[in-house]
Amino acid sequence: MAVRDDVVNAIAAFSLFADLSGPQLEEVAHLFDESFFGQGERILRQGVSGSGFYIILEGTAGIRVDNVDRSTLKAGDYFGEISCLLGEVPVADIVAQTPLRCLVLPAAQLEGFLTAHPRIMYRLLQGEARKLKNTTKWLS
Amino acid sequence: MQLSYSLTRLGIDHAVLSDDPAPGGMFRRWPVFQRMLSWTKPFAGVEHHERAYERYDWNSLLADDQVNRAVMPALMDGTSYFPSRPEMQKGLETFAQRTGIRVRFGCRWESTKEIPSPAVGGGQGGGRDFVLATSEGEYRAPVVVFAVGVAHPYRPPIPGLESVPHYGDFRPVETYKDRRVFIVGKQNSGFEIATGLLPWARQLVLASPSPAKLSVITHTLVGVRARYVQPYEDAALAGGVVILDTTIEEVIRDGAGYRVRTRNAAGRELTVPVDDVIAATGFVTPLRDLPALGVATFGQSRLPAQTPYWESATVPGIFFAGTITQGAAGLKKHGIPSNSGAVQGYRYNARVLARHLAETKFGVPAMRERIDAAALVPYLLEQVSHGPELWHQRGYLARVINLDRETGITNEGVLPLQSFLDSGRSDAVAVSLESNGQGNPYPVVYVRKEGSIAEHAMAPDPLLDFSGAEYREELRSLLEPVLSGAASPA
Repeated sequence: MAVRDDVVNAIAAFSLFADLSGPQLEEVAHLFDESFFGQGERILRQGVSGSGFYIILEGTAGIRVDNVDRSTLKAGDYFGEISCLLGEVPVADIVAQTPLRCLVLPAAQLEGFLTAHPRIMYRLLQGEARKLKNTTKWLS
Repeated sequence: MQLSYSLTRLGIDHAVLSDDPAPGGMFRRWPVFQRMLSWTKPFAGVEHHERAYERYDWNSLLADDQVNRAVMPALMDGTSYFPSRPEMQKGLETFAQRTGIRVRFGCRWESTKEIPSPAVGGGQGGGRDFVLATSEGEYRAPVVVFAVGVAHPYRPPIPGLESVPHYGDFRPVETYKDRRVFIVGKQNSGFEIATGLLPWARQLVLASPSPAKLSVITHTLVGVRARYVQPYEDAALAGGVVILDTTIEEVIRDGAGYRVRTRNAAGRELTVPVDDVIAATGFVTPLRDLPALGVATFGQSRLPAQTPYWESATVPGIFFAGTITQGAAGLKKHGIPSNSGAVQGYRYNARVLARHLAETKFGVPAMRERIDAAALVPYLLEQVSHGPELWHQRGYLARVINLDRETGITNEGVLPLQSFLDSGRSDAVAVSLESNGQGNPYPVVYVRKEGSIAEHAMAPDPLLDFSGAEYREELRSLLEPVLSGAASPA
């Protein structure tokens, strides 16, 4: 599903794309598809293959592990990258807490996308480092 | 028309309104170059009246009775397995006439409102009716299904693009003789026009921000179809076609022609002087006042967001049919969408929707035949090998068998896979045919036991036949844990 015109402006404000110029943002936006999920709908399913890399444009989503809600994702956040990068099934459900609009890139395209856009890869790496830091803090 | 046929078979009273003068819908106008992208293969090794033939006939609407099946092959002149536009139109007219579908043609839907309805109970839409104001008066119903296509021309907000012809305004090809033509958009409509202009135009430039996808690479209907890739070869070998991955900044009128200003992701600016510009920039869904009623839309085509059963995700009671049902993405595993944007896919959606409406809104339960435990494995393998619903709606529709201890083994029919995964607790099995975008399709078995679902992807078969001994043994072992607990059939 090709993206709506307002997507370029929306993603310009996201930290993941903070280093891109206008034409680069437009190019990137057109590489993604757009999806919409109703409130309560599952986007990723724990243990079910075939996931993708999702970036939230509007709305919030919950991370649910073994039917227990863990945390909430909002506009600008992304999910699915771990299962895409590792080639494994998701370890959590992602559930729309409100009507949810996302950009999505199939798992098979993520490596090519990141290596073609090293600044986005660096920003993604920063995001993963933050998640690891928070998890470590929570565990300790 | 498919939904009307299926509702009628289930005994559900309904009215069909159409602004068109006769059957045929968008095929009365498009495609511009007069031939479909979906095929009907005359010789497939199965009789045309058999259900299995639907896998090879992408264009006929579905009938339960043999006499009305496979209308299309008999209407085609045999020069191509892609029907011409008039043949497709004739196919729809013939189906409507033979099956007695009643449509109020020339009736234009103008506006929509919701009103309280104490008479309506049950279901999500309970308590409200919808009132459609039309050119022929008001219609009131608890459930409304919109099958209005994705047919309103769309132009992105590029300065100057609003004044150039859209795909739908394409002139006769001879008027492009020896001219330089700039086509904005690199999807099927852009490449369709480019293919048609190859023998006429002096130079063709196709441009959009990201590279074009090709269906033979994606292994799906996503991307430019094989029939339209000839401009690529011309671009690679002869240079009569130029394909640009670039942002279109502005279209500027310049005497009798245009200058198209572009800038690519690397920042390089390029201005292209041409004689004609065509906006092959797609279509949007003509939903009129439905967004004001709360129907959420998304994507460039402004498709309504939908549940797996094609109900608005935000306004219960409003459903969709036809090509709009591509707005229900399903699982989209490996990025592979449903085929709901094309006849061969959405005709099955309509049949499933009719049953869903009959059961949930009108209290008409579907027949659920019992299956002997010994017959289950060969039955399921037959479905993934030859079931047309699973072939055409890969990863979206699944054959579902209930293995409930109380009621025994029952055939639940063909249902959205997402619905199976996200609802229901009883022991059950679903089979679907899926693709990962890289090779042949393969069966996937989902076994639900005590509320937990396990997914098993089987190996693909080079000859696409999943009925062999290895498949039987694998499926038997997958089902054994749940079959051993299921009640014996009566």
